[in-house]
Amino acid sequence: MMPSSTIQKAQTLDVIAIRKQFPVLNREVKGRPLVYLDNAATSQKPQAVIDALLDYYTNYNANIHRGIHTLAEEATAAFEETRDAVQRFIHAPAREEIIFTRGTTESINLVAYTWGRKNIKSGDEIIISTLEHHSNIVPWQILCEEKNAILKIIPINDNGELMMDEYKQLLGPKTKLVSIAHASNALGSINPVKQIIEWAHAAGSLVLVDGAQSTVHLDIDVQDMDCDFFAFSAHKLYGPTGTGILYGKKHILEDMPVFLGGGEMIKEVTFAKTTYNDLPYKFEAGTPNIADVIAFKTALQFIEDVGKEKIRKHEQDLLVYATAQLEQIPGLRIIGRAKEKVSLISFVIDKAHPQDIGILLDNRGIAVRTGHHCAEPLMKCYHIPGTIRASFAVYNTREEVDELTGGLRKAIKMLS
Amino acid sequence: MSEEKTIAATEKEIVEEFSLFDSWDDKYEYIIDLGKKLPPLEDRFKINENKVKGCQSTVWLASDFREGKVFFKADSDAMIVKGLISMLIRVLSGHTPDEILSDKLDFIREIGMTTHLAQTRSNGLLSMVKQMKHFALAYKIKNGSITEYEHGRTENKSN
Repeated sequence: MMPSSTIQKAQTLDVIAIRKQFPVLNREVKGRPLVYLDNAATSQKPQAVIDALLDYYTNYNANIHRGIHTLAEEATAAFEETRDAVQRFIHAPAREEIIFTRGTTESINLVAYTWGRKNIKSGDEIIISTLEHHSNIVPWQILCEEKNAILKIIPINDNGELMMDEYKQLLGPKTKLVSIAHASNALGSINPVKQIIEWAHAAGSLVLVDGAQSTVHLDIDVQDMDCDFFAFSAHKLYGPTGTGILYGKKHILEDMPVFLGGGEMIKEVTFAKTTYNDLPYKFEAGTPNIADVIAFKTALQFIEDVGKEKIRKHEQDLLVYATAQLEQIPGLRIIGRAKEKVSLISFVIDKAHPQDIGILLDNRGIAVRTGHHCAEPLMKCYHIPGTIRASFAVYNTREEVDELTGGLRKAIKMLS
Repeated sequence: MSEEKTIAATEKEIVEEFSLFDSWDDKYEYIIDLGKKLPPLEDRFKINENKVKGCQSTVWLASDFREGKVFFKADSDAMIVKGLISMLIRVLSGHTPDEILSDKLDFIREIGMTTHLAQTRSNGLLSMVKQMKHFALAYKIKNGSITEYEHGRTENKSN
């Protein structure tokens, strides 16, 4: 039998080696080493991703798909390789089901503006939850207002978990779409999407899963999940900003009207009539975000090289450790106690405004997020103006959690 | 206090006070202390009409106009913002609309608090400064015909 320390070593990741790959972690903020705990907003980028961006602009910058010269061919190949990498990463059946967008927000809006405008009629119902980010609320509100459709909300319990019985009650013959976060950006709760999808499908509804907060942490298999749409952003997966993904089932995407009109998305244009390109290009009008899409493949490679299982274990260890440490701070209350959580913790402190805490932590080089986290309805549900949120990534350490708790104790003392 | 001093003199005073601090912790401790000492705004002024928009924290700002001078009072639910507000009031309150409008508030940069004016901070200091100047401008315009005017409605008046 192997000694437990050996097993431990085989399963844990080498965080020191990983930290070396992220140049920004070397910098100081306010004279102290940066402690970056705002990963749910955006993750930092490994050197390899930064190099991939530089390599593209330095060596083969060209517009894609149309040019016949060498640079255009190289750029097109690299761009399309990312599509293949994303397809593998989320286990999509076909590469043309992967559409590049600017981010999760645009992915959701694409569905709302195309599928939604074609399929949602007066009196139809769309279901979201109390946990949603504004990006998964507002596009549906706009659509419902336009179509005279009804937006229904799945409530949550005190732990920040969806009330599944209530959800079941909301489903009905008028339900056309359930659009749900895989994980909550404000509380960390992981929603039981498989169950949600199964019930929605049984009721004849489609399901969009907002994977902005889950894709970097969890194994994503869109076939196993059986979602109809899946949206996420590259920048939360150690990739560049300005690039997102919309996965959709092929027959649904094919049936959807086009989104933006312009170059790339057309087959033939005459002034009398334009015919549209095939998937996925039908939804990719104009010159895409070539450099960032190309570099995103490197980010996915980074995650695969480290290993998602190892990353998850590491992040869960930080979550458990941080929860235990934070609970020891008098007056601190953790908001969101779902059984299944991604590695983020939201909390409030008695008699201290989150903003004051955020400023004082920043003063010690600690980056957290404070505020309503673009989830105002959720904050109203808890009767709080906002929270302080610490979110952990592959490169964070227990020592950084200690820095956070130390910083919090000092901030509380200064404010009391 | 500030009624006898020029805006520039008060700003200079604050810059000198801050020059005594060695560390950022000390600066923040001082600002927090100012926040704690700022008299709370009466509840009747804590109404939606007096809220300054664009704040992660809530800021209420009321003003009145007496004998050609603008007087501010304000409050916030966040302590550091309250401390910063306290400094703004110390600098600007009790001066004429023209004096307030022409001041550039350079002291904020000089004491190293510029980040609090940045958009990202969304702590409302920038909105607060804008609102103070709006009040000053409004009084300046009205000053042609009247010299006594109270702005920042109260619950009684709005009912």
